[in-house]
Amino acid sequence: MFLSILHRATGIALYVGTLLLVWWLMAAATGPEAFTLFQGFAGSWIGQMVLFGYTWALFHHMFGGIKHFIWDTGAGFELSTVEWISRGATLIPILLTLMSWVLAYKFMGAF
Amino acid sequence: MSEMRTPLSRVRGLGSAKKGTEHFWLQRVTAIANIPLAVFFVSAIVVHAGADYLTVKAFLSRPIVALVMLLLILSMVWHMRLGLQIVIEDYIHDHTVKILALILNTFFALAVGTASVLAILKLTLA
Repeated sequence: MFLSILHRATGIALYVGTLLLVWWLMAAATGPEAFTLFQGFAGSWIGQMVLFGYTWALFHHMFGGIKHFIWDTGAGFELSTVEWISRGATLIPILLTLMSWVLAYKFMGAF
Repeated sequence: MSEMRTPLSRVRGLGSAKKGTEHFWLQRVTAIANIPLAVFFVSAIVVHAGADYLTVKAFLSRPIVALVMLLLILSMVWHMRLGLQIVIEDYIHDHTVKILALILNTFFALAVGTASVLAILKLTLA
């Protein structure tokens, strides 16, 4: 029940967050000043928090979707299977989010 | 009599519009497409973290990148419009507000989609 609500909540967050994608693409298409403005936001602590949340929402929604795909086929409804599918769909997105951010900071030359 | 609904109920768009299966199916098709497209997108952002304007511009201008980005935008926008439609229909019960929300949902998805496509085309065709 809680995970089902979370699937919708992350979906709505991703929906609103597409405005950031539009901003990024429009800035890149407009010119250096516009792009610097976007980078200023994306690089700020609030921007980093929003982007971190967006990364998690994306992975969580993706794995929630994969979980529902499995259940759509009628498979995986044994209680023990439901348990580990749900755990996987909760933990893997967290790991992938952390991995993505460690890699991103590595590409930025932070360490 | 095979049709139990009144003409008025049909005019008001009440009851099943027989689009449920198509909606369900497109939601799944775009969801499957979104998996590899989103993985590409996140990877591209990670690799370009902190990259300067010219690097990002050059990357987005490459035809293969522009193609994948266009596919991502189209599939994602379609998927999110269908998804929010379900949320609206589930939680908003006032008829007028619901119709308005559904229209705004379509407008938002189209605006996001068109703006993104425009930006990508400008970058790759320049």
